[in-house]
Amino acid sequence: MSENSKFTARNLNLYYGDFHALKNINFEIEANKITALIGPSGCGKSTFLKTLNRMNDFVEGCKIEGDVLLDGKDIYKTDMSAIELRQRVGMVFQQPNPFPKSIYENVAYGPRIRGIKKKSELDEIVETSLREVGIWDEFKDRLHKSALGLSGGQQQRLCIARTVAVHPEVVLMDEPTSALDPISTMKIEDLAVEMKKKYTIVIVTHNMQQANRISDTTAFFLLGELIETGATKDLFLNPKNKKTEEYITGRFG
Amino acid sequence: MTEIKNEQTKDLTPSRGLIGRAKAVDRIWTVVFYLVALFFLLLLFAFAGYVIIKGFAGATPEMFRFDRNGIGNYFFNTIYLVFLSLLISVPIGVMGGIYMAEYAKDNAFTKFLRIAIETLSSLPSIVVGLFGYLIFLVATHSQPSLLAGSICVAILSLPLMTTTTEDALRSLPPSYKLGSLGMGATLRQTIQSVLIPACVPRIITGVILAAGRGFGEAAALLYTSGSDTNIKWNPHAWINPSLNPFNPLRRGGTLSLKTWSSFTASVGAEDVANLSAAILMILVLSFSLLAHYLEGRIRKKMGDTK
Ligand SMILES: Nc1ncnc2c1ncn2[C@@H]1O[C@H](COP(=O)(O)OP(=O)(O)OP(=O)(O)O)[C@@H](O)[C@H]1O
Ligand SMILES: [Mg+2]
Repeated sequence: MSENSKFTARNLNLYYGDFHALKNINFEIEANKITALIGPSGCGKSTFLKTLNRMNDFVEGCKIEGDVLLDGKDIYKTDMSAIELRQRVGMVFQQPNPFPKSIYENVAYGPRIRGIKKKSELDEIVETSLREVGIWDEFKDRLHKSALGLSGGQQQRLCIARTVAVHPEVVLMDEPTSALDPISTMKIEDLAVEMKKKYTIVIVTHNMQQANRISDTTAFFLLGELIETGATKDLFLNPKNKKTEEYITGRFG
Repeated sequence: MTEIKNEQTKDLTPSRGLIGRAKAVDRIWTVVFYLVALFFLLLLFAFAGYVIIKGFAGATPEMFRFDRNGIGNYFFNTIYLVFLSLLISVPIGVMGGIYMAEYAKDNAFTKFLRIAIETLSSLPSIVVGLFGYLIFLVATHSQPSLLAGSICVAILSLPLMTTTTEDALRSLPPSYKLGSLGMGATLRQTIQSVLIPACVPRIITGVILAAGRGFGEAAALLYTSGSDTNIKWNPHAWINPSLNPFNPLRRGGTLSLKTWSSFTASVGAEDVANLSAAILMILVLSFSLLAHYLEGRIRKKMGDTK
């Protein structure tokens, strides 16, 4: 385990019932870097991402073997609760999913469930979080309007603000831009790069350019196996594995 | 696969004649559905109109009074009894719905519960009334009361509240729940702060339906609430608690019971019965309209805090 690793997966196997979805994954995710997970549909990218904050707990028949360490502590076997884990490891979904509440209430949700009640404190958190995501000026006059009225891109950035409002250490993003237009996509990419100063970011993407543009490390999955991982530049320039090469050059997938 | 696709494309581009015929059939059915809708509308207007006009035709000013001879007190009792019953059925029903949607495991016990709820929803109200009479009055040696009546009405509307809440929760996008849990919220926090607020418009619809049923309920109250009323609005009279309108343990007939008892009790009281029916009709209609208006507003403003 290297000095700088945030997450370490060791001999990780995951089964959905009889289906072997992740096969003996060994992988380190470095702190304050952007790690991109790529691979064809159904190869287990989302599944792997979900093992990192135990969202698989909600899937019936899902069984996990091996270790997943966060800062050296096993998130499945130590006394760290899933609740506590998810407070440290936030998640942004493929479809923007703001709650049917106001913009303000969406951002204040996380702090509230952690017991912060004071209005002044919440106000401040909402402002800082929205600023951090770069949408304060856009939203400051409509904080109390429903978040459902926003565009997809705005909703997704709001969801990111909602996630960072509780100061997680890691932000997981599962194809956060696949439902967005190019301009919104660009904004989210810029945001992700900006965010890695404070957070460790793991992003699933089907977009090779995106992985190339923003990530430091790339991991290529295929049929539940981690085929190759390395510095993004190296992996895209000189893939070691034939299958990686075929995939990133678009010959299959 | 490709072959099937080709065939489908063929089917999707039929000849002009076919399209013309499809359009004609479409038009005919549209007309049929309009006629059916119109029929319901006419039925409602004719029925409501008849009851209301007939009710007011024979009315005298005394009948509107809130005293021994008027039906004002019955009007008050109707609303108060339904209010009490909702105080019981809404919290229990909503909690039951939450349990069924979020906590119940897929096992034999849950299946049994589901059958129980279904059976409860099809119980004849007279049976519930009789049950209430035996349990709340006979077994406890009590007099008929608004409370006993409202519990019976609550029992009748419980299944509706439960299934409405369960359906509302199940029809929410799963992303609400996952989003909240993914932030480290507990299931209880998620239900309380995200899911239930998102279900409010539909729960309100359930409350409307439950209240509508409660306003008109007669059979369940026959043995439980008492069919007459002698409340006084002068606070000095409330030394005797049975005269206090707000005392849930006093007896209190509703408009529907008044309609029934006036018809059967004395000759010449038909006018009172007709007016009771008319007022009841107006009550149900206006409540339903108001509630739909409210639901629409909440739905539209969903998520706005101001
Ligand atoms: N809840 C589940 N139950 C059973 N099988 C599942 C479940 N979720 C995913 N799978 C299977 O596990 C495999 C990996 O799924 P996963 O969602 O991780 O793929 P993915 O790489 O994220 O694909 P995509 O790019 O399409 O999102 C797939 O074969 C999928 O069918
Ligand atoms: Mg996926």
